Amino acid sequence: MQLGFLVDLHLCMGCKGCEIACKVENEVPLSTWRLRVKYVDVGTFPETKRTFTPLRCNHCENAPCERICPVSALHYIENGIVNIDKERCIGCAGCVMACPYGAIYIDPETQTADKCTYCAHRIASSMMPACVVACPVEANIFGDLDDPASNISMYIQDHRDVQVRKPEKGTNPHHFYVGAGQVNLNPLASQRIEGYNLFNKITTLPLGGHHE
Amino acid sequence: MIHESLAATHAVVTLDVALPDVFWGWFVTMNMWAKSIGTGLIFMLFLLLRKNSSEMTGLRTSTLIVSFIMMNIFLLFTLADLHQPFRMWHIFFYPHWTSAITVGAWMATVFVGLEFLMIILGFQKKTESFDKLLFWVTLLAIPVTLYTAGIMAEASARELWQMSTESVQMILAATLSGSAAMILLGGSKLSDETKQFFGAILGLSALLAFIIYMSEYIFGGMKSEEVTAILAHVKGNGEYSTMFWIGQWVAYILPMLLVALSRVSKSNSLLSLAAILAIVGLWVVKHVWLVIPQLLPLS
Repeated sequence: MQLGFLVDLHLCMGCKGCEIACKVENEVPLSTWRLRVKYVDVGTFPETKRTFTPLRCNHCENAPCERICPVSALHYIENGIVNIDKERCIGCAGCVMACPYGAIYIDPETQTADKCTYCAHRIASSMMPACVVACPVEANIFGDLDDPASNISMYIQDHRDVQVRKPEKGTNPHHFYVGAGQVNLNPLASQRIEGYNLFNKITTLPLGGHHE
Repeated sequence: MIHESLAATHAVVTLDVALPDVFWGWFVTMNMWAKSIGTGLIFMLFLLLRKNSSEMTGLRTSTLIVSFIMMNIFLLFTLADLHQPFRMWHIFFYPHWTSAITVGAWMATVFVGLEFLMIILGFQKKTESFDKLLFWVTLLAIPVTLYTAGIMAEASARELWQMSTESVQMILAATLSGSAAMILLGGSKLSDETKQFFGAILGLSALLAFIIYMSEYIFGGMKSEEVTAILAHVKGNGEYSTMFWIGQWVAYILPMLLVALSRVSKSNSLLSLAAILAIVGLWVVKHVWLVIPQLLPLS
């Protein structure tokens, strides 16, 4: 079994329901995200449109984070998920430096690396990941890539524009996008205008939430 | 390429969640800098043994002690950079051997242990055993100084850190700072001829390192748009431009000129100044190259 994820960007409407469901399910601390939705505006007014791209761990078949982790805190489980053992992590941030997708962060509470696990704890109980359940338009499709009859396999067979992020990195991601363009998947294909991003100058509160 | 697509689409990121940009900061710079001096001194001590063993007297133990201190600074900053430093022992009890971090931690530990043994031999005046062990410690110093390049290569999100160039830069950093430290440590114990020998190593290391940096600076961007974007931070009036050029001048260009002048004028003070500049400049050079690839947005 090789579990994988597919997001149909034709369907995604940027509601961020997946983002919030993930934070609630996994108790992701303030100022950090396992899953986040990037907005990119394309075109010149009045000919403009907004695209939404949910970004999470790609659970690569050839995961750089697993390779660089000195203590096997990041490891594969038999269903293909790249899981993390936070009790073992020493917080060297090697995985943060290795992940080409910016999917790993240091949890400010545990001081260890953390990332999307495809809700491995829910999978173990035969439940779907929290973000899949929360999506109101069923843009998130999750399942077994090895099973040709699974929803995700059939979706991949039925669509020609299936892409992964940064294929040139050779990581072989198990996370796919349908309906994506350069601006969605390539961080360098869109501008980041200083002062116009909502989270540009984010204030990170220390634990306890009080400014010093 | 990227500018054309921007003009075509007018694509602007209007909402993204900023993940902290610089994870490996100056602690890691200190780590690389101190390790370069620590291993470099071992290389130079070995060369001194081969070139003129009579000048080893009075330098065996003192050089080893300085190298040992620098290696412990390296270990201290490695430890301090961890978010869970008290779990460091996990590297030894749950080692994951595909990681250059694990391999490096083991090698550095053995290296420091052997250095400690050599210091004891030095104090006991067992010079023969000391010199025999020096050969094996010098051999071990090569992978110890190289493994950081392996870590940087495994950090595959950072396109600028290429194994082929970084590994050469790591060795050159060791020979540059090692020869510089040996010139300063040697003082009157080294003959003028030997000092000029170490001066030549210093000058050549600076030249080669400078050539590699300039090659990456000028031609690196032709290989990947990520490298182009990263180098934009050091080109023109971009962020880190001043720091980059201060590093190149202080670590490489000025020491090269001063080494050349010292050979012409037979001046030891010029050579010492070159050595001090090389050691200080190396920190700046390493820091710029460490930080700038971390500024690239990955999402």
